[in-house]
Amino acid sequence: MKRTILTAAAFAVLAGAAIADSHSVVRMGTEGAYPPWNFINDAGKVDGFERELGDELCKRAELNCEWVTNDWDSIIPNLVSGNYDTIIAGMSITDERDEVIDFTQAYTPPDPSTYAAVSADVDLAGGVIAAQTGTIQAGYVAESGATLVEFATPDETIAAVLNGEADAVLADDSFIKTAIEANGDLMVVGDPVALGGGVGMGIRESDGDLKAKFDAAIQSMKDDGTLNAMIVKWEVASQW
Amino acid sequence: MSKTVFLMFEFCADPSTLEGLAWVACYLTNGKHLTAYLSFGTVMLLLAITAPVSLAFGFAGATAARSRIAPLRWLGKGYTAIVRGVPDIVFFLFFVIALDQAFEWLRHQAFCPDWTEPVRQGNDFVVCPEAKLPLSNAPQFVHEVYGFSLDVLTFAIVFGAFAANVLYGAMRAVPRPQIETAEAYGMSSRQAFWRVLIPQMWIYALPGLSNLWMILVKATPLLFLLGVEDIVYWARELGGSKGPIFDYPHPDWTIWYFLALLVFYLALTRVSEVVLDRLTRRLSHGRATAGSGAAGAG
Repeated sequence: MKRTILTAAAFAVLAGAAIADSHSVVRMGTEGAYPPWNFINDAGKVDGFERELGDELCKRAELNCEWVTNDWDSIIPNLVSGNYDTIIAGMSITDERDEVIDFTQAYTPPDPSTYAAVSADVDLAGGVIAAQTGTIQAGYVAESGATLVEFATPDETIAAVLNGEADAVLADDSFIKTAIEANGDLMVVGDPVALGGGVGMGIRESDGDLKAKFDAAIQSMKDDGTLNAMIVKWEVASQW
Repeated sequence: MSKTVFLMFEFCADPSTLEGLAWVACYLTNGKHLTAYLSFGTVMLLLAITAPVSLAFGFAGATAARSRIAPLRWLGKGYTAIVRGVPDIVFFLFFVIALDQAFEWLRHQAFCPDWTEPVRQGNDFVVCPEAKLPLSNAPQFVHEVYGFSLDVLTFAIVFGAFAANVLYGAMRAVPRPQIETAEAYGMSSRQAFWRVLIPQMWIYALPGLSNLWMILVKATPLLFLLGVEDIVYWARELGGSKGPIFDYPHPDWTIWYFLALLVFYLALTRVSEVVLDRLTRRLSHGRATAGSGAAGAG
C-alpha cells in the first residue's frame, strides 16, 4: 500500500510537468443555481447576468477566462485553496467574508432582499423562514427572531415554502421575482429589507494584480453605461 | 440561443412552439439532459475503477496487518483503524483538499526552488504557477479528470480499509489444518499463503465484500461533495422549477427525477445480487466448508 501511494504521488508530481505557457487562464467560479444571476441553461452551459458580465470583464481586462461551477457551501474554501481564481456568484460584499477573501468594487448596488410566501398573512417576525446556508439573508433571519431553516441550494428554499415546510423565503429581490415567474402560487410578502453592501467578485487576498484588473474593467463598464444596460437586460438589481 | 447548440432533432430549434410529445422529446434530449445521461456513465466508471482498486488496497492492508514484520503490521492495523474510525463525510471534505494541497506542495518543492514567498499566506494556499495541479491553463476536462481521480483515490482508501478488515477476517477463517497440511507437504510459508490460504479465503470474504459493494453503490452521491456532478446532482438541478428564463419552463419535477434514480439504483443492486449469488455458488463449488455454514465442516 505504501508503494501505491508513493507511486501515485510520484505520478501526480510528474504529470503535467510539461509546458506552462505564459498566456494563463483565469478560472471563474460560480454556483450555477441562482437565476437570473447565474444558472445552467438548457444547453448545459453557465448562463445569466454574471456570465455575460464576466465575459465582458475578461474581454476588457484582456484575460482568457474559463467557467467552472462549485457548490455554494464550499465556494470560498475552494477559492482560497486555488481551485479557481474568482468567485462571481451573486456574492454580497460583507465584512465577515472580507476577512477571508478580497472583493472587487461592487458591480451591482446594494439592493433590498424580499420575502416570498404562498399566502399574504404569514408571520415574518416569528414564523419559519427559509434561506440559503451561508447567505446574508440567513444571517439576517437568524437575528430577526424568526425560526431559520437553511438549505444548501436556492431551489430548495423555494421548494420548502411551496410544500409548507417554511412559511416564507428570504432572498435577493431578483431571484424572488424569477421564482415567482416560475411558480404561480408564490407572492411577495412583507416589506423588503436592506442587506449587504452590493455584489462584487471574490478574489484571493494574495491576488492583488487580478483584483486591480477586474476593478478597472468594472469601472470602465460603469463609466460607459454598459453595466447599467446589462443590469436592465437581466433585471438583477437597481442601476448605478 | 446560438446556432452552434447541438440538437438531437431538427424540430427542436424553437422550443416555445413545441407541444405535447414533441416538447417532451426535445426537453429530454437538450444539452443539459445529455450531460446528465453522461453522469450515469461517470458513476458506473467510478464503481468500475474504485471496486478493484479498493480491493487491492484492502488486500495490501490485510496482508500487512498479518505480517511478521512489526512496522508493517502496525501500518496495516493503523490504516484500517484510522480510516474506519473517521466519518466518511469528514474524510471526503477534508482529505481531498489536503491530498490536493500535498501534491501541489511536492510539485512546488520540485519545480520552484527559487520561490521565496510562503505557501501559506493567511487563508490562502499559494504555490507557484508551474506547481498548480492541474495547471490553471489546462482545459476544463483535465481539471475534471484530475478531480475524478482524486475521488477514486479517496473512495479506494476509505473502502479499502473496510475491505482490509473483511479480508483479514477471511484469512483467519481458513481452517488452520489447511496451512499445517501445506507445510507438511514442504511448502514455504509464502507458498502456503499464495497457494492454499488465498484461494480458500474468498468464500469467507464474499459476504462482507458484497455488503461493501452495495454500500459503495449507494455512496456515489458523495462525489458531489468533491465537485464531480453525479446523477443525484443532476436530478436536483433538472427537477427544480424552471421559469420563463429557460427554454423549457416547467414546475417542480424533482420527485419524478428522484423516482428515476430510485429505479436506477434498485436495478443496479438487483444486478449486483444476481452476480454475487453466482459468484458464491462458483466459489463454493466442490467445497465442504461453504454454502451451508462456512465454519461447519473443516
